[in-house]
Amino acid sequence: MNAFYTKWMGGKKGAIELAVLAVFIFVVMPLWLDIFRLNLVGKYLTYAFAAVGLVMVWGYGGILSLGQGVFFGIGGYCMAMFLKLEASDPVSTAHQTTPGIPDFMDWNQITHLPLFWEPFHSLIFSLAAVILVPVALAYVISTAMFKRRVGGVYFSIITQAIAAILTILVVGQQGLTGGINGITDLKTIHGWNINTDSAKYILYFLNGVLLLAVIMLCRFLLSSKFGRLLLAMRDKEDRVRFSGYDVANFKIFTFSVGAAISAIGGAMFTLQVGFMSPSLIGIVPSIEMVIFAAIGGRISLVGAVYGTLLVNYGKSAFSESFPSLWLLLMGALFIGVVMLFPNGLAGLYDVYFKKWVEQLAIRLKKVFPLEKLKPVKAEINHEQ
Amino acid sequence: MFKKMPVVPAGCSAEPVSKTSFLPMHKKLTLAVTGALFIACAGSSFGAAPPTDKVDTTHLAVTDTEVTVGQLHSSTGTMAISETGAIEAEKLAIGQINAMGGVLGRKIKLIQEDGASDWPTFAEKAKKLLEENHVAAIFGCWTSASRKAVLPVLERDNGLLYYPTFYEGLEQSKNVVYTGQEATQQVFAGLDWVAKTKNAKTFYLIGSDYIWPRTTMKLARKYIETVLHGSVVGEEYAALGSTDFGSTINKIRLKKPDVIYAAVVGGSNVSWFKQLKAAGITGKDHTLLTLSVTEDEANGIGGENLVGFYSAMKYFQSLDTPRNKEFVKQFKAKWGADAPIGDVTQAGYEGPWIWKAAVEKAGSFDTDKVAKAEESGQISFDAPEGMVYLEPNHHLKTRLRIGEWRTDGQADIVYTSDYIMPNPFPTGY
Repeated sequence: MNAFYTKWMGGKKGAIELAVLAVFIFVVMPLWLDIFRLNLVGKYLTYAFAAVGLVMVWGYGGILSLGQGVFFGIGGYCMAMFLKLEASDPVSTAHQTTPGIPDFMDWNQITHLPLFWEPFHSLIFSLAAVILVPVALAYVISTAMFKRRVGGVYFSIITQAIAAILTILVVGQQGLTGGINGITDLKTIHGWNINTDSAKYILYFLNGVLLLAVIMLCRFLLSSKFGRLLLAMRDKEDRVRFSGYDVANFKIFTFSVGAAISAIGGAMFTLQVGFMSPSLIGIVPSIEMVIFAAIGGRISLVGAVYGTLLVNYGKSAFSESFPSLWLLLMGALFIGVVMLFPNGLAGLYDVYFKKWVEQLAIRLKKVFPLEKLKPVKAEINHEQ
Repeated sequence: MFKKMPVVPAGCSAEPVSKTSFLPMHKKLTLAVTGALFIACAGSSFGAAPPTDKVDTTHLAVTDTEVTVGQLHSSTGTMAISETGAIEAEKLAIGQINAMGGVLGRKIKLIQEDGASDWPTFAEKAKKLLEENHVAAIFGCWTSASRKAVLPVLERDNGLLYYPTFYEGLEQSKNVVYTGQEATQQVFAGLDWVAKTKNAKTFYLIGSDYIWPRTTMKLARKYIETVLHGSVVGEEYAALGSTDFGSTINKIRLKKPDVIYAAVVGGSNVSWFKQLKAAGITGKDHTLLTLSVTEDEANGIGGENLVGFYSAMKYFQSLDTPRNKEFVKQFKAKWGADAPIGDVTQAGYEGPWIWKAAVEKAGSFDTDKVAKAEESGQISFDAPEGMVYLEPNHHLKTRLRIGEWRTDGQADIVYTSDYIMPNPFPTGY
């Protein structure tokens, strides 16, 4: 229990952060918002996975990935392929030249289901593919780069190129992928309709649980020796290498973890939004994800979630109120945050609200003494 | 859009220099947003008031004096340039309907949303319009991709969409009225005309690589081979956004087709026609019939690169009827003398009028009743293009016209077909 508390939750400070986030996601949002807005927040929270992945990869690993949308997209597409196959049963596609295949294949004059689509009839395979395909791709990319000691801005450019390449591939191979339209009109998982209000609530909560689990997993990784090495690598890579560590392997691992986290977000996106589109794997969404992490504070796992929510809330609110000039307002928001709070929302919290919250915590402790839950170790770390 | 720009600095440049000034600005924005939401909520809660009972039994945003509708196009992003015409035309129509007293005695209030050329955003905004604003109808979408993203939302929330673009067909929904022509309405009559007047036997098909050109060319090939007894000597698809047509043009020179049959869209269109001209393929000695050039595109491509080529559309701005002249005058008065009016712009203008006719026939704003009225086969509208008739399959019965482009970016109409029944699911193709 103690190890769980210090390592997975991140000690007292971490536990409070997680508790606040959990209350925010599971209590405040559902009580405050109607199902439409809640579903929107659910969509934003799927982007938060990518932002959390970026905190690991960029904030702690020092690897700026401008291609996080690639992994988000592949995760989403794997999920969408399963749903599309279930939606394309021979009865509901009876008017097609070839019934039983997805509609976009039919109008591309494809007459049988391509081989790589076949396994996506299985839900278990699809769920495994959501994680494994992006991880495999991330492994190949990062091995090819980091083993050759390609890093820094060069790596960023490569990831961006991959985002562009994948978009072109998906749009170009429309008979196999749905092209620019994406994979649309998704309906059920094993007969369970994902478009009903109750399904939306369930998916929203599932999404929240997964997000918190992912944050805790990241906490655990960062609190281990691996986490300390990661920081050391970020700040002085050569020293770590000269100490006898294989820096490349640690980077490959970090990058793959970031990919897996993004991919989970992508799969949840498909489930909650009801379709997948190539507009989510390109350069623009990838850079937006970096912005989410930057606004949240790039070394704060929890901050990344708030950053994502703030930016996306801003996008929706501005674009609803000012349909033709909302982009300018978003630009102003980014410039403002970067100029005033270089460490994002987390930095804002540290400067203005931390003392206040800590005082409140001390007062609360006097009222509700929870001595049992106060591990000595964490206090010492905190003092340092 | 640009006319409104000065508003931004005024509202937002609240000098982000000192840390303290950030909060007031933030508060102001929050207030504005909350205010907008409040007004929207207030609007919908009056919907249940007794006098409105008869015309609205499904809690739409209808009051005793007002009915709220949504507009969902891209006013930002790559599609903004194409969708602007439809946005303007729909606003013009709504303004005119309001000036005539509105629909069922209620003025139309418009909520405009930006799809931002991004399909997930289209779905989000459609949902917002239907679930939060409870709009009685949505006028919007341009690309097939955006319509396909919105369609599940419409069917789930039982909303109405009026979609203005000529498109590939293969779709029919109770919740959508397609005021543009579907593929068969644009393809067959045009091919007939070119085969007859140009005595054409060989065709070279080229399109951008996505659903609309693919479907259109599939129909065209079958029609050329089985009905016209001609032959297709080449069929090619260029990636969306592609700007290099060198190899295609070489192949065209080699095959010497009687007709180049084109459906290239977006930015590619400009390169395609410029490169054709540079290669010496012009309207003087070649026949080119395109399905994707309206006055909007001609404006970007330049009339000098188009002159002598043909477009197959249901409407051209140059249409010489009193009704159209009146429309062109009204449009220019509202949106400026330079605004070109293309096929989709005119189809966008039809949307609100068709909706008005259907609502008045139904005597109600309820989606099911309006849809039933739309399927009655008795809805028609005296549009700038001439009378149009809404068929029970939610598409319009219209004519097809062939326009020959002039250097000034306008087209001379050289052929007008009889009325063509819409047939979104053609058999045998």
